[in-house]
Amino acid sequence: MSAHIAVVGASLAGLRAAEQLRAAGHTGPVTVLGAERYGPYNRPPLSKELLSAPGDPTPEELHAKVAFRRRASVADVDFRLGLPVVEADLGRGRLTLESGEAVAFDALVAATGLRPRRLDLPGPLAGRHALRTLDDCVALRGALHRGSRVVVIGAGFIGCEVAATALRQGCRVTVVEPAGAPMVRVLGSELAQAVQRHHEAAGIAFVIGRFPVGFTGGTRVAGVELDDGTTLDADVVVEAVGSLPNVEWLAGNSGLDLSDGVLCDNRLLAAGTDRLVAVGDVARFPNPLFDDVPRRVEHWSVPTDTAKRAAATLTALLGGRTPDPAPFAPVPSFWSDQLDLRFQSFGSPGLADEVRLEEGDPDRLPDGVLALYYRQSVHVGTVAVNLPPARQRELRGAFGALAVSA
Amino acid sequence: MKITVDMNLCQDHGQCAIAAPEVFRMNDEGKLVYETDPDDALRTEVEEAADVCPVQAILIEG
Repeated sequence: MSAHIAVVGASLAGLRAAEQLRAAGHTGPVTVLGAERYGPYNRPPLSKELLSAPGDPTPEELHAKVAFRRRASVADVDFRLGLPVVEADLGRGRLTLESGEAVAFDALVAATGLRPRRLDLPGPLAGRHALRTLDDCVALRGALHRGSRVVVIGAGFIGCEVAATALRQGCRVTVVEPAGAPMVRVLGSELAQAVQRHHEAAGIAFVIGRFPVGFTGGTRVAGVELDDGTTLDADVVVEAVGSLPNVEWLAGNSGLDLSDGVLCDNRLLAAGTDRLVAVGDVARFPNPLFDDVPRRVEHWSVPTDTAKRAAATLTALLGGRTPDPAPFAPVPSFWSDQLDLRFQSFGSPGLADEVRLEEGDPDRLPDGVLALYYRQSVHVGTVAVNLPPARQRELRGAFGALAVSA
Repeated sequence: MKITVDMNLCQDHGQCAIAAPEVFRMNDEGKLVYETDPDDALRTEVEEAADVCPVQAILIEG
């Protein structure tokens, strides 16, 4: 097979896609195009170890700490970095780069991931941060000083991780969250409120039920104005208010559904095409572990799982074979480290309508808590806080045992 | 196949022990123990374990 496969996106999903194309037997040329100037790197440390790494490392030194090793099988894959793709023409098999250069392809992997949503509010821009890329991390590192007043907007997992890291760096940290307790959409209210009490006891302030309406200050942010008329003093603002899928570069192609990422079938083949697959955060696909509703899943495990499936699908189609009809039912998982707590999640707790605290005392989270999440009495998710690592297999195994009805 | 785990990086997430339980195990103290020279028949599982390591501490050689 000499078909040229272009992978757009050079983060975890793009790297795994290239590796899995080789593993699936594709021997033709593969080009990975990345918008960032860095080779594939691991993002979770950006809100934790990298954000707090001591000294004054250069961006390249920071990158070296988190760069992914590449399998030997992708030694001949062309990683072209710092080259955003602005347009894909599926009909003609042509990408257009921001530089104006055209790149021809026979098949395409969409691995463009997400970008942070930003607040569109009046006031100065300087001093406002988001965290997705290594360069974002470098910028935020430079702003977190002992005694800095940091306001984190959004108490999701990234917001809470940044708050925890900033606190450990000696900053004075306030988290603003309109919706409810921290990470409540995933954890449910009882556990989320327990986490809030835990974090408050450690020194993070929470302002719950309020939302920002503007920023004060002259050339730099000096405060965050809230909807109740109060203002929080701020030297640094971190906007952790969710993400948007990077799909605009595919917009010119009729037949695709780009309403929330790239709509795919269970094989990761984009609806309406036979030469485009999607992987990672940008792929919206049904997982028969739960139901037949296509969803994007912003978990760290998803790029690796979807890359394997998508590569098998694309390689089969290019070889004139039928893709594997067996249902693809990955168990989503992620972790989060915040202060002295490690959260480990399996499945999709966010789908649940009922939470059962199985083990532990929510008022003593560091000692270990296990919560199981149910939807219409079916177990759909698990969250462990500070449980021993030896129990991970058993907790994840509960999902492997579920009958998959595709 | 030779396996090395950078124990300075390892944070005992235990994901490798899910992917390749014949090779990686979390002991009762919550620490990783692993085979350094597993049978080549386990390569797929070991590669998967290296892939899913949150801190990318697993190095496979040979």
